[in-house]
Parts: sequence; C-alpha cells; structure tokens
Amino acid sequence: MLYIGATIFVLFLAIDEPEHKVWNGLFWVTQLFICINAVAKSFLQESRGRMLYFYSIVSPAHFVLAKLLFNSLLMLLMSLLSLLLFSLLMGSPLARPWSFMGLVLLGGWSLSMVFTFLAAIAARAQQNAAIMAVLGFPLIIPQLILLMKISNAAFNPVITFKATDLLLLGALDVLVGTMAVILFPFLWKD
Amino acid sequence: MKQPPKYMYRTWWKLLCVVLLIYTIVGGLLFPVPDLPALEETIRNLYFHVCMWMAMMTLFSFSIVYSIFYLRSFDLKYDIYARQFATTGILFGLLGYATGAIWMSYTWADPNNPVFKSFGALAREPKLIGTAIALLIYFAYLVLRDSIQDMDKRARVSAVYNVFAYAMLFPAIWIIPRLLPSLHPGQEGNPAMKPKDIDSTMLMVFYPAIAGWTLLGIWITTLKIRLAIFRENKLSQNQKNPLSDS
Repeated sequence: MLYIGATIFVLFLAIDEPEHKVWNGLFWVTQLFICINAVAKSFLQESRGRMLYFYSIVSPAHFVLAKLLFNSLLMLLMSLLSLLLFSLLMGSPLARPWSFMGLVLLGGWSLSMVFTFLAAIAARAQQNAAIMAVLGFPLIIPQLILLMKISNAAFNPVITFKATDLLLLGALDVLVGTMAVILFPFLWKD
Repeated sequence: MKQPPKYMYRTWWKLLCVVLLIYTIVGGLLFPVPDLPALEETIRNLYFHVCMWMAMMTLFSFSIVYSIFYLRSFDLKYDIYARQFATTGILFGLLGYATGAIWMSYTWADPNNPVFKSFGALAREPKLIGTAIALLIYFAYLVLRDSIQDMDKRARVSAVYNVFAYAMLFPAIWIIPRLLPSLHPGQEGNPAMKPKDIDSTMLMVFYPAIAGWTLLGIWITTLKIRLAIFRENKLSQNQKNPLSDS
C-alpha cells in the first residue's frame, strides 16, 4: 500500500498531467512493479516449516489454486487503489473510466496469475525477487503489449474495444491457471 | 552410465543434412528468382533467414518435449537434452537476427539515413520484439538452471519453467504480431508458408532449405548432448575412483 502511494507520488512530483499515452504507459509499468512486490511475497515469505504443514494438510492443486485466488484478490484491490491515486494525482485523461476500470481489474488479475506461478518457481530456486524479474519480464511483455493496446481505446471515444482482444486476455489467464495446476505438483515435492 | 539415444549415431540424416545444405547454398545463389521491386535479389535471403527461425522454433519444441519427458520419468538425461536443445535454439535465434539485419539494411533502412540511426524505428517491429522475448525467456531459463545447485531440483524447476514459458511464449509470438502494425511480411498469416505466395522455383529450394537447416541444428545439438553426457559420466567416474582405491 505504502509502495503504491510512494511510487505514484514520485511520479506525480516528476511529471504533472502527462498526455494520455504516457499516462497509460506509466500506469501499466507501475502496475507491473506493484504486482511483483505484492505477489513475490506470497511464496518467498513462507517458511520451510509452514510449507511442510501445508504439505501435510492439502493437495498441491488446492494449494496453488488458493494462492492464485488470494493473489488475484490482493492484486484487484491494489489495482483499484492505484487507479484511484493515479486519477487523483496525475489527472484523468480517461474518456471511458468505467470500461478502463474493468480493464484494469482484468489486467491486474492476469499479472497476478503469471507472477504467482513465477513466485512459486523462484521460491524453489531459493532466490530473492531478482530472479523473479528475470524470469517474469519476458513472459509478461506480450500481455502488457496487449493490455496497453486495448486500454488505448479507453482514452479515445472513437476507437471501440475489440471483443477478440479481451477474449484473448481471458484465454491467456485460463491457460496460466491450468498450467499452474498441472505443473505445481512437480515444484511442490522436495 | 548414461547413453545417448541411438538416432544420434546414425549417419544417414547427417548425410542428408549436408546434401540439403549444399543444394540450398548452390541453388539459393544460382537459381532464378522473381524480380520484385525493393526486394530484388535480396529475396534469396529467404532461404537463410526464414529457415533460421524455423530451425529455432523446432529446436525449442524439442527442448520442451524433452522437458515433459523429464517430468514424466525423472530421468536426468532428458534434462541434459532439454538444455542443449535450448542453447542451440538460442544460437539459431541469434543467427536469424543476423541474417535479418543484413536483409533489413538493404530493404527497410532509409537510404538517406545510416542504418544505425534508423535502428530505433525498426526495432519497434513486433516480430523483432517477439523474438527478443523468446530469446530472453530462454536466457532466463539458462540463468534459472544455473542458479540451483542440487541436480534433481535444478532439473525439475527448470523443466517446469521451460514448459510454462513455452506455453506462454508461443501464443504470444504467433498472435501478438498479427495485432500490431508491421513492415514485416506475414501480417495475415504464415509468411512464405502458403504455396501460392511464393514462386515455384523458390519453393524447390525453400522446403529443402528448412529441412537442411533444422537437421543441422539437431546435429549440432546431438554433438553437444554427447559431449555433456560424456562429461557427466567422466565426472561420476572421478568421484567414484578415490573410493574404490581406498
């Protein structure tokens, strides 16, 4: 929370009232970093003992689904907060705030899904968050490109949202979810 | 003792590879090509540039297949295969960039501007971004793999990442470029893959060229795999010897 506030405040001090392309770019980059910081904790903070406890009470698929769900909710909250702060501090060039909000929620959800699974991998590698960035950035670029492209429509009343793009984003999320359920049991065993 | 699979020792496909590549180079440089504006003779690069990407994708696909084999059997030799296929894939990706850069400097670059200056504009190409992502992912795979000490855990974690990355990557490099504006051919489908897009004499060189370069990639990889397995066996023997002496 403090992280969101501080980041956006620094951006606010550095530039005021950016034009909409810059606004869009900054917003998604901020989202990306918020997501890494929020979600990375979920696996890296778990102690060995607690993992062993979870191991004894639930199946890996349930465990990873619970993690995904929790991180998605967390990220949705964070996304809303950062959208609010962005609009307060940096001005709001949005032509369609409600649809943009929907998109932000969808985007936050996909970001959190991908990074939850990567956090699981990074935790197995016993590394800090740095390896998560190395692993995650190339994977997340396609989704970010897609998100920025779709969200451009929210700034301009003339362009309409394309249903196929949104479906594609949803399909990617479903893909990540299934991959996580299939692959997590392999990471889980010690 | 680990043993490389039998197909790596067979000679027929290596001979086929050599023959196909000689045919590609001779035919590619000598056969007539259609004279198109702006492309002219540079179209001959099709036999090299596009084939590099085909070979790269095939090698990465081999890599993921072996990663899945590893996850099913937990046999460490599959892990070695997956890694070697990934590195050769990276090599072919870099070669694809190199051939693409040569081609680009004759066709896309503004003749009034030095190539270096127009680079920023050209690097925004979605296909270039897509491949940059692919290469970064596989570099990340190597980094991840080398950062873990324990052999079994290293194999398992990197295999999981390989599968996950491949599943995320391939939709991305096939779908995203088609959504963004591009100078690169192939906006509407698979470039040069539909027979009607391409002159029939060129097809006669193009298909063998793909096969030849891909086989070359597999050949290089099998040599590397054999070397890696040899090194591993040597290492385990060295570890055993002091015990057996005492």
